[in-house]
This record gives sequence, structure tokens and C-alpha cells, in this order.
Amino acid sequence: MTLSWMAWTWPTAIFFITIFGLLIGMGVWEYAVPGGSPRVGILRFETTRGDRLFVSLLGSAFICLFWLGLVGPSLWWALALCLGYALCVFRWV
Amino acid sequence: MEKTWNNKAWFMVLPVLLLVAFSAVIPLMTVVNYSVQDTFGNNEFFWAGTEWFEEVLASERFHDALFRNLAFSLIILAIEVPLGIAIALAMPRSGFWVPVCLVLMALPLLIPWNVVGTIWQVFGRADIGLLGHTLAYLGIPYNYTQDPVAAWITVIVMDVWHWTSLVVLLCYAGLVSIPEAYYQAAKIDGASRWSVFRYIQLPKMHRVLLIAVLLRFMDSFMIYTEPFVVTGGGPGNSTTFLSIDLVKMAIGQFDLGPAAAMSIVYFLIVLALSWVFYTVMTNYGQDER
Repeated sequence: MTLSWMAWTWPTAIFFITIFGLLIGMGVWEYAVPGGSPRVGILRFETTRGDRLFVSLLGSAFICLFWLGLVGPSLWWALALCLGYALCVFRWV
Repeated sequence: MEKTWNNKAWFMVLPVLLLVAFSAVIPLMTVVNYSVQDTFGNNEFFWAGTEWFEEVLASERFHDALFRNLAFSLIILAIEVPLGIAIALAMPRSGFWVPVCLVLMALPLLIPWNVVGTIWQVFGRADIGLLGHTLAYLGIPYNYTQDPVAAWITVIVMDVWHWTSLVVLLCYAGLVSIPEAYYQAAKIDGASRWSVFRYIQLPKMHRVLLIAVLLRFMDSFMIYTEPFVVTGGGPGNSTTFLSIDLVKMAIGQFDLGPAAAMSIVYFLIVLALSWVFYTVMTNYGQDER
């Protein structure tokens, strides 16, 4: 079976490997520390670490979209901003 | 007592994971791959980077379709949710009329989307349709193929006709699960009809209303078939919602790259709004308790 119809490129492959790597990492974390570490953060409702990953990824996608729309096509600084945002989410949300 | 964790249960969800992988994840990954490339067919692709995303984000056509879609979703939610609650409250709780009402309510939900579109397309025509002919007879100007306002009214009324039943059935399920003792206690306290609704029925319907709002929002935000059959997105672009625009771009123009970029932006908006709806309404419920 050839996967040429999926039109793979290295950047998109790296993107998906990162996402799957994150999911596997979350699975391992959950295995090591079960329960999802629920807590009430600055949003004032309970979140688990799965919620925090979801908010990080979704927020990062919008950061990249806003960057593309308002700043320009180079996304390296947007990526740095996304990492900072994800750290803040895991620390305070 | 400590809770038992059995991770072998994960194997039970493997078939679902496989199904979701083939029906959703792999197509989504393909769309992401397409969104950063250009193609002229023949399975040949050329790297385009973020060009299509920049094009979509700056596109007035996309902004207009997004605005129309948001307006449509908000309008139908503002009509269907209160109307659904009102009908559910008016429905009998016991006796012969319960199954009759339930079957009548379920009927619109059983009709396929393209058939609903065809029904309303014919219904609104001035020459052969009951609605169009009656309005023409009364001297009320109504032509959904030429007048954008008439087209919007038709699409909204059609959606309300098709989907209010879903809200009704969900609310009714919430209402019949309220124990009679609650009503008796309210009666002893001399509660008004409004107080019974506000402090007993509405909180008890909260969960099902959450599901109803989420389902109706997501469904209306992704609406395609009914308006496509009735108006084809017209007159002009007045009822061209995001999905109609997307299909025009992907299949009509064969612009797979920009269409893929647009569908990812569209997907992210649906995901974010659904998450906000879900989070706000879930936590509102916890405050109530």
C-alpha cells in the first residue's frame, strides 16, 4: 500500500510525530501518576493534565494563526511563544 | 477503599480507536498535508508553506462566510432552544398523547437533509409551493431565489422546522426524570409557575440542554446540505456558509491547498467554540449545585 495520496512532507511528518509523541508521553505520565492531577487554576475550574495539554495545543494553533495573519510567514517566534504559552498553561491553569 | 485500576480495559476501546483513525484521523492528517502544498492533479504536489493560510486569513470571502455562519448559528440557537423548552413544557407527561407527541416530534428528525431541502425548495415556490403560492396570493413579496432576506428566512425556518424537535426530545427527557416529590414540595411552599421552572425544571434540564446547545451549535456551524439544496448559497453569496464555500473552493475550483487550509481554520474555530460552550456550561452547572 502506497501512502503517496496522503502527500506527506517532512515538516508535516515531524508535526504529527511530535503530537503523537506528546500523546504517548501523556499516557506514560498517566501510567506513572494515575488520576490526571486535577486542580483548580487561574481559570477557576478544575482541569486535568489532559485538559491542560488540549488548551495548550488549541491555544498554540491560534497563536500561529494570529501570527500568520498579523505578523508574517516566519513562525519561529510564534513557536517560541507557543512553548512559553504551554509552560504557563501547565504551571497556572 | 482504594480504587482499582485495570489498564487492560484499554484494549476494549481499540476497535473504536481504529475506526476513528480511519474515518477521522487519517483524513485530517491528509488535509494538513494538503494545506501546505499545491497540486494540479495527477498526485503531484509542490511545497507552498504557509501561503494558503495567509491567503485564507486575509480573504474577505472567508470573513464573510464566517460571519454569515456565526450569525446563522446564533439565530437558530436563539430560536430553537427557547422554543424547544416551551414545547417540551407543554407536552403531556402521561397518557395516550405522550407517544403521539413523541412520534410527531421525531418525524422531522427522520427525514434526510437533502429531502428536507427539497421539501422547502418546493414549499417556497410561488408557482407550485403552498407557502410561496399563499404568500403571493396575500400580496406579500417572497422570492428566496432573488431576495437575500427571503432566502435567509427560508433557511432559518427550515432549520427550526427540522431540528427544534431534537431540543424538544432532549428537554422532555430531562423533564420526565424530575421526581414528583419536587413538584409537591414546590406546591406546599406556594411556588409560582415561574419559580418551579427557574428552580426545579431548568436546573434539572441543564445537562440535556448542554448537549442540545452543543449539538445544535456544531451542526448548524457545519450546515451544508439544506441551504445548498434550497438556495445553492445564493442569491449572490448571501447564504454561502463556510461549508458551501469550502466545497466550491475544493471541488468547484479544484483549489485543494487553499481549501485544506480553510478547512483547518474552520475545524479549529469549531473545536474552540465547542470547548468554550462545554466548559462554560459544565462549570455553570457545578456552581448551581
